[in-house]
Amino acid sequence: MKILVCISNVPDTTTKISFSSDNKEFNKAGVQYIINPYDELALTKALELNEAAGGGTVTAIHVGQVDAEPNLRKALAVGADDAVRIDTAPVDGFFVASEIAHFAKDKGFDLILCGRESIDYNGGMVAGMLGELLDWPSVNVITSITTSGGEAHLERDIDGGREVLKAKLPFVGSCQKELTEPRIPNMRGIMMARSKPLLVLPAATNTAHTQVATYAAPAPKAGCKFLEPSQVEELVQLLHTEAKVI
Amino acid sequence: MAVVVFAENNAGSFKKASFEIVSYAAAIARMMGTSVTAVVLGSMEDAVASELGTYGAAKVVKAADASLDTFESHAHAKALAEVAKSEGAKVVVLANTYAGKALAPRLSVKLSAALASGAVALPEINGSFTVLRSVFSNKGFANIQLDTDVKIVSLTPNSYKVVAEGSAAPVENRSLGISAVDFKSTSVEVKTVTGKIPLTEAELVVSAGRGMKGPENWHMIEEMATILGAATACSKPVSDMHWRTHDEHVGQTGITIKPNLYIAIGISGAIQHLAGVSGSKVIVAINTDKEAPFFKIADYGIVGDAFEVLPKLNEALSKFKAAN
Repeated sequence: MKILVCISNVPDTTTKISFSSDNKEFNKAGVQYIINPYDELALTKALELNEAAGGGTVTAIHVGQVDAEPNLRKALAVGADDAVRIDTAPVDGFFVASEIAHFAKDKGFDLILCGRESIDYNGGMVAGMLGELLDWPSVNVITSITTSGGEAHLERDIDGGREVLKAKLPFVGSCQKELTEPRIPNMRGIMMARSKPLLVLPAATNTAHTQVATYAAPAPKAGCKFLEPSQVEELVQLLHTEAKVI
Repeated sequence: MAVVVFAENNAGSFKKASFEIVSYAAAIARMMGTSVTAVVLGSMEDAVASELGTYGAAKVVKAADASLDTFESHAHAKALAEVAKSEGAKVVVLANTYAGKALAPRLSVKLSAALASGAVALPEINGSFTVLRSVFSNKGFANIQLDTDVKIVSLTPNSYKVVAEGSAAPVENRSLGISAVDFKSTSVEVKTVTGKIPLTEAELVVSAGRGMKGPENWHMIEEMATILGAATACSKPVSDMHWRTHDEHVGQTGITIKPNLYIAIGISGAIQHLAGVSGSKVIVAINTDKEAPFFKIADYGIVGDAFEVLPKLNEALSKFKAAN
């Protein structure tokens, strides 16, 4: 199969988040960037699907600036055949989805996989928007996928359970934990990645629907009221009368 | 220029998240000087649908095409877009549930409407339209400005108080002509978890970490959840070690929740975990280590061994529940 995997470049999960003094910018100083963890699942699953099918290609695509290239090289080291970077500063989910749809529309992909959401802006909208822009099905939060005869058999999380479903290729899937374990690049992969193609293309659509007006840090907590292990009844009373949550 | 709100149809009835978003939509409509049209897709009795009036809907549009009983993002987006257009919607409100997350992006493209997903407060409307949503997996917030004529807001569950002040609303039945060709994927089977409160909807959550020492000790956690009517959750290491299934994992790479009460037992409170639960209204932490980071964001803390505290706490909760 010919599979496109969408890669987002996000702050490492241990990052302490802070904003500029005017609250207009996210402080990027000293922040380590990683491949979005859900996108790593998408990449690994794309490789597994092609291994099961006995062949195919995996293209990794990123919409963003040059500082994401180390992570695109990492995607190549994990096993993607080639990578594409749309050279622009993305503004919102629609901006990213429009660029990817523009790139993908005449390339004959059988499947596009992305993470269920990025762990920085958490919009979770690129998969659905891509589906609509390409007029393909989109299936969110998939936890299992196999393909045969131009059709995919899937499981996905739904509110209060799980759904088993079928979708005809091509379609867009957003990947949820449990789909697979992310693959780590080995030395051979890292060596090979250096000579794999990484194509840089200009942005084609440059259209956003939203913008960040200001950021805000979470309100600080008042402080913890400590009780002794023997004071469980007092705790229950506090939850009832003071906190009013039970 | 109505506000249109999509109330999810849960096999003929509504869940609390739907009442929340109708109340939220009603507040937006008041700001805009307009009214709320609620949309229900699939089979439901009129009397049930009309109940949305209690929460602020001026009318309910119901498309009872039986095919819409099965959720499919393409078909549902088409149906909802049709109603939104016919009502002249300027704002469309959804719940940021799995269904809402699948539907909203497709609707956004169909209506050329900006989408703010995971909103946590009412928008500010004065010249521009901005709404607060959590970003960086709850480690921060962003005011998002929506720059299109039509706007879509999906509200994080448990972010807005249900307001029941109105009376039953008239129900208008429509046929939207959704047919099999509109369904781009085919549902084979829906497996609903029964006897368990879904974590994303839970108002009370009991969560545990590695401090429980092994999956065989989870009966104490489940017992507390049963006493309280709470959902159970766990930390990332616990789900990684397969002590519990991944759908219980809360944190930055798991589920983000904001219940009224979050009880954390034997979880130290790594920054990734705290990100997923810091929106909880009240947090109780029980941990042997008094330096555990969880105590920094907790409201109530007990420094102690879970194996010692839990049996006593469960007994105290049982007694409380029996008396109240």
